[in-house]
Amino acid sequence: MSKYLLNKFLFTVDRDPDLVERYREDPRGMVEWWEAEHANRLLSCHGGEASTWLRFEDAEREALAGHDYPKLFELGAHPFLTLTLFIAMFERDHEPLGFQTEYARRLAHMSMPYPDIAT
Amino acid sequence: MAELVAVIASTHHPFYYRASTATGEDRPPFADEWVRKVEAFRETLTKARPDVLVMVGSDHFHQLWLDNMPQFLVGKAPFYDANWYNEEREFGLPRMLFTGQEDLSAYILREGLDAGFDLAFSNELRIDHSITCPIITLRPQNDLPIVPIYTNIFAPPLPRPKRFVQLGRTIRELVESWPADKRVAVIGTGHLSLELGGPRQFGPHGPDPEFDRKAVEWISSGDIEGCLSEVTLDSLHLPGNATHGFMDFMLMMGVAGEGAKADHVDTYDLFHTMEAYFTWYPNGGVA
Repeated sequence: MSKYLLNKFLFTVDRDPDLVERYREDPRGMVEWWEAEHANRLLSCHGGEASTWLRFEDAEREALAGHDYPKLFELGAHPFLTLTLFIAMFERDHEPLGFQTEYARRLAHMSMPYPDIAT
Repeated sequence: MAELVAVIASTHHPFYYRASTATGEDRPPFADEWVRKVEAFRETLTKARPDVLVMVGSDHFHQLWLDNMPQFLVGKAPFYDANWYNEEREFGLPRMLFTGQEDLSAYILREGLDAGFDLAFSNELRIDHSITCPIITLRPQNDLPIVPIYTNIFAPPLPRPKRFVQLGRTIRELVESWPADKRVAVIGTGHLSLELGGPRQFGPHGPDPEFDRKAVEWISSGDIEGCLSEVTLDSLHLPGNATHGFMDFMLMMGVAGEGAKADHVDTYDLFHTMEAYFTWYPNGGVA
């Protein structure tokens, strides 16, 4: 489990307008690039001080590459991060609030207690 | 000594700015009533004639992140830029700039540490909508210096509810012992029941109207003990997966005091979440 790394992906992409568009247009290529180049980057440090041990598990990489936000929820990614990024990518394709309600509908099979989001 | 002239607890609905400024076909049907309620709420702060605002909120993974996560953090800076790209993108919030009341920040940090709270601090803090929303609703002219205080209601492990109440009590003590001839208002924002990124999000009401009813009763009557007897970190998952933001309301109940009845109470049942507005005048009225 690398919930922290899932969240790090969502966090770093959501705050960068160019990465948001790259993730929308080419999710698999972008996730592979990000994992290779940025997963180990210690934020606010130069590349020479990167971490050495962070990588996605296969299910996590597939969920990100497939834009599979219900799966990200099941994996314990932070729901606020997932929601915010996916709104940024896909709200534009729907009526007002249409994407948000579809998002809820696609998670309707989830019941309490929800997956643990502690990292 | 400084005087605590108002204690204000509010939700921080990020869509208020867009709804209240929209015109014509873009203006949602609930906007006019929402504006009316917010303007009445604003008047409760205006009447208190504050010089300084202590602003309690919670960073939504903007500057505070999982590689270095504080539980309680006090901003200590001469200025604070505000609102983030993803808040402009999603909510249409404007860029803002605040002046800091740096001497009060220093006082709260020093005295807060000595009072048993290991407060983190930031000398360069870009604040987010948990603090800018109440400025937009309560003080849109943005003419007063602030002390921002952030709490972690977002990234577990979280402090327990009782700790929020205790910090609220301590903030009050520190404001009232601050050796300055200033009128201070403490404003904090949180949530009632709320779901974000889960199956109960963006419904026609908040996800748990019964929780909301009880929460409004606890807050408006100052029933800290009753609230603490029912609210735990575990129980807050039930009304909605983002309901831990209610602990910022509990912090504000700590500022207001046990048994303190709010002087102004208003709510507005919107889609997605219930708005709730509370004002206390600690000295029995507006001088």
